[in-house]
Order: sequence, then structure tokens, then C-alpha cells
Amino acid sequence: MIPDEVWRSAVVPVANLQLVELNLQTWIRWALWLAVGFAGIFPGIVAYMVWLERKVAARFQDRIGPNRVGPLGLLQPIADAIKLITKENIVPRSADRIVHLLAPILVLVSAFLVMAVVPFAVGLVPVDLPSGLVYLIAVSSLSPLGIFLAGWSSRNKYSLLGAMRAVAQLVSYEVPQVLATIPVALWAGSLSLVTIFDRQLEFGWNVFSPPGFLAFATFLIAGVAEVNRTPFDLPEAESEIIAGYHTEYTGMRFGLFFLAEYLSVFGVSCVATVLFLGGGTPIPFLEFPVDLLGDSTASLIVVNLILLSVFLLKVLGFIFLMFWIRATLPRMRVDRLMNFAWKYLVPLSILNVFFAAIWYEMVIRPGGLTFGNWLRGTLVTGVLVAAAVYLTFLLNRKLAEAKPLDADWPSVAPATEAAR
Amino acid sequence: MVVYNYVFIGLLLLVAVAFAAAPLVVVALVAPRKRSAAKDDTYECGVRTHGETWVRFRIQYYIYAIMFVVFDIETVFLYPWAVSYGGLGTFALVEMVVFLTILGAGLAYAWAKGVLRWA
Repeated sequence: MIPDEVWRSAVVPVANLQLVELNLQTWIRWALWLAVGFAGIFPGIVAYMVWLERKVAARFQDRIGPNRVGPLGLLQPIADAIKLITKENIVPRSADRIVHLLAPILVLVSAFLVMAVVPFAVGLVPVDLPSGLVYLIAVSSLSPLGIFLAGWSSRNKYSLLGAMRAVAQLVSYEVPQVLATIPVALWAGSLSLVTIFDRQLEFGWNVFSPPGFLAFATFLIAGVAEVNRTPFDLPEAESEIIAGYHTEYTGMRFGLFFLAEYLSVFGVSCVATVLFLGGGTPIPFLEFPVDLLGDSTASLIVVNLILLSVFLLKVLGFIFLMFWIRATLPRMRVDRLMNFAWKYLVPLSILNVFFAAIWYEMVIRPGGLTFGNWLRGTLVTGVLVAAAVYLTFLLNRKLAEAKPLDADWPSVAPATEAAR
Repeated sequence: MVVYNYVFIGLLLLVAVAFAAAPLVVVALVAPRKRSAAKDDTYECGVRTHGETWVRFRIQYYIYAIMFVVFDIETVFLYPWAVSYGGLGTFALVEMVVFLTILGAGLAYAWAKGVLRWA
């Protein structure tokens, strides 16, 4: 049904995009990314995220936070690293030793690989894969596997419970998270994160459309669940199952899980920024002049510095939001957690695919972002999105009332009345 | 020489494994090692571990895994559709409505059968 030339025009450019000339320049660029970026800056950012979280959490709880090691406790991450390295590594006698060793490495590798396709500014991207989104999903689903291996190999009942919860939660929230990226791919006509970023340079941020906003909210909620943070931290709920899947991990092996968790927080914030908040673009809806100061190299550097700083500010906003959520919300109950993924987020994201197609027909196909198009598109899809959200919540409430979860449990009401 | 840019992913994989393994090597060299029977025990709140840990687990988790596979494969079909939507037109949209309606019906059926009921 689809004409041959459509296939050809779609497939051949993608095949060409995958190729890269392997000369000295490429080698230098790759080596710089690997040595400076992945082995230097990203772990550094993550180390200071831990410091920041301790400071922020302390402020939320009316404390001071780390302030002994260095000014403002700024050397705390280094002290922590030294402590973790000099701790004894204990593997339980009954554990599967090889899998116990491999699990934290697998989780950390998955967190690292996510960062490979993120465009930080114009031209500042480790590698531009034409199938970047699919790659992201593929590598980020390695981490549930690592977490499960950790919990299973420890041969500890708390670890096993934590691992089972983790896998159930991570696979459930992966579905809405992946579905939330479909509108973005649809509007950009590409899976490459660089193209998605470029499209938002031209047409404004994806979040500023009703389907885009719904997708963004879904992605954010599912993203918090994917990195196991409060209120979705059931896999490591310390008041119930000690530390969940990493109960039997000590010293640096625990440190790897810790590093991987914060690296994933950074990674998911970067991806959300690129997909929905226009990467480093400072102003929504305005085409950012990439040749702001003429065509020289200096101008490119200045523009890229602006883009990079704005990008990092947005990422910092996301990170702070996650700290804030952690300080505010209590942990969810496991049945509500699973219900929220399957009964709310999945139906909404499936409907949102159609709303995104309607937005495409109303705004992008008729020739881009004029005010009239934008207004009409926002009104129509806005009504649809609001109706879908309202109906989903209404339907769920009605269904839950009709068939309460505790219907077959012994009622506690008579006892309390007797007590009175 | 022209190569696929996935070569970079391979290099990154090596760097990531090295980055994760290096501190473990340092730990093996500098960290103290004093083994004792109590320390190597399974830590379950100080109580001696009771019964077998590697048991068959609840079927509920397996059902969720199957649901996940179904919807993950759905997205594999959705991505190429989304990318080439601009050039395909109304026919593609109608086809996707049909496809997703069938999937939605599947979700509704699972819902009605109580598969999503965590109890």
C-alpha cells in the first residue's frame, strides 16, 4: 500500500547517516568524549549531584547537611569515594559469586550507555544515531536485568523481594515511557535525538502543545519510576525490605549501584530536556539564531556555550524537582503503583498517539507554527487531552468503587464500632 | 575508512566496563579482608535464614511480564509508523487506529479478567 519511493526516501538517507569517516579527527573527537566526558565530567557531575541532594534534603528537613569536609562540605564526594574503596567487600557464603560481581557492572554500563546519544548543544553530541530513541530504550532496559541479577544472586529473601518488585515496576513503567516518546518521533519525523532537537529549534518546544504536555508529564512520572526514586522506590524500600536488591552489597559494589542510580537520574533528565524542553534553546517558540554573531568559529563557540548553559540549567531543574518530590511525597503502595502504570498511564499514552497525529495535521503539515495554527491546534487537542484525562480518572474511580480491592477481606468496621 | 557510527557505542561499552571494574580492582588491592563465619552469613535482620530462598515466585509477576512484552512489541511497530507518518497520509492513520484498537481491546480484556488486579 505504501509506494516504493516513499520507502526509498525514508530508508536510504538513514543508511547514509549511520556511516562516519574514520580519520584522525574522528578518533580525537571520540577519544575526547570517552576520556573527558564519560570518564571525567559525567561521574563528576554525578558525585556533586549526591552532594547537592544531601544539601537540598537537609534544607527541606531544616538541617545543614554535609559541612565538615572542605568548605560547604564540597569535598564530601571525594571522602565518600575513599571510604567506599577502603571498605571490605563481603559476599555472602551462599551467593552466586560471579553473578553477584557482574550485576552492579551491568547496571552502571546501562546508565553510561544512555548518555551516548544526548545532544548537549549544536554539534556537541557523542554520536548521532539515526535510531537514537530505539537505542535509548534498548540500553535503558538493561538495568532491570542487572537489578534482577543482583537480587537473585544474593540469595537473600529481602533481595529477592526487592528484585521482583524492581522488575515488575520497571517493565510496567517502561511501556508508558516509551509510548510518550512516540509523539516526539512523529512530529520530528525521525528517531535521531539531534533531528528532534533541531526541529524544536525551528518549531518551539514540544511541551508547549496539549499532546506534548501530556506526553511530557507521562515521561516524567515514568522516568522517576524508572530510576527507582521516591515515591516509586519500592525496590529498595528500607522500612520494609532493608535495602531491597542491594542488601547484600557492601563497599564499592554498593557504590556502583549508587553511582548508576544518580547517573540514570542525570540521564533521564537530559533525555527529557532534549525530547520535550527543546534541549538548550533558551526561549520557546522563537527560532534560536545559531549564527547569532556571524559565521565565525568564535560565534559558534559563544552560541554553544549559551545552549550548553541553558541545557544544564534545565537538567538541574529536573534534578531539583526529583529531590523536591523525594522530600515531599511518601512511598506508594505496590498495587496502586502498578495500577497507575497500567490503568492510567498506558491508556492515556495510547490515546495520546492519536492526539499527536491530530496536532501534526493541524499545525505541522499546514506549514509550521503560525499563531492561527497554534491556537486552533491547542484548542482542539487541548479539549481532547483534557477530556481523555478526565474520563480515564472517572472510569478508574467508578471501576474501583464497583469492585474494591478489599471486598473479600474481613471488615474492620464492626470492631471499631464495638470499641466505641 | 568509512565505518558505522555504532563503533563509538562499542568503544563506550568498553570504557564503561573499565570504569566500573577499575574501582573493584582497587578494592581488591587495598581493602581489608577479614573473613568470619558470621560476616559471610546471609543478612536477614540478624535472624538465621530459614528455608530456601530461590523458590518459585508469584505468577502475577509473570503475567505482567507478558503484558510488557506485548506492549513493547507494539512500540516496535509504532516507531516506524510515527517516523514516516508525514509521508503516508490518512491510510496509515486509519491502519494505526485499527491496530491500537485491537491492542486496547486486549488491555481491556486483561483488565476485565482481573489480570491487572494486584491482590
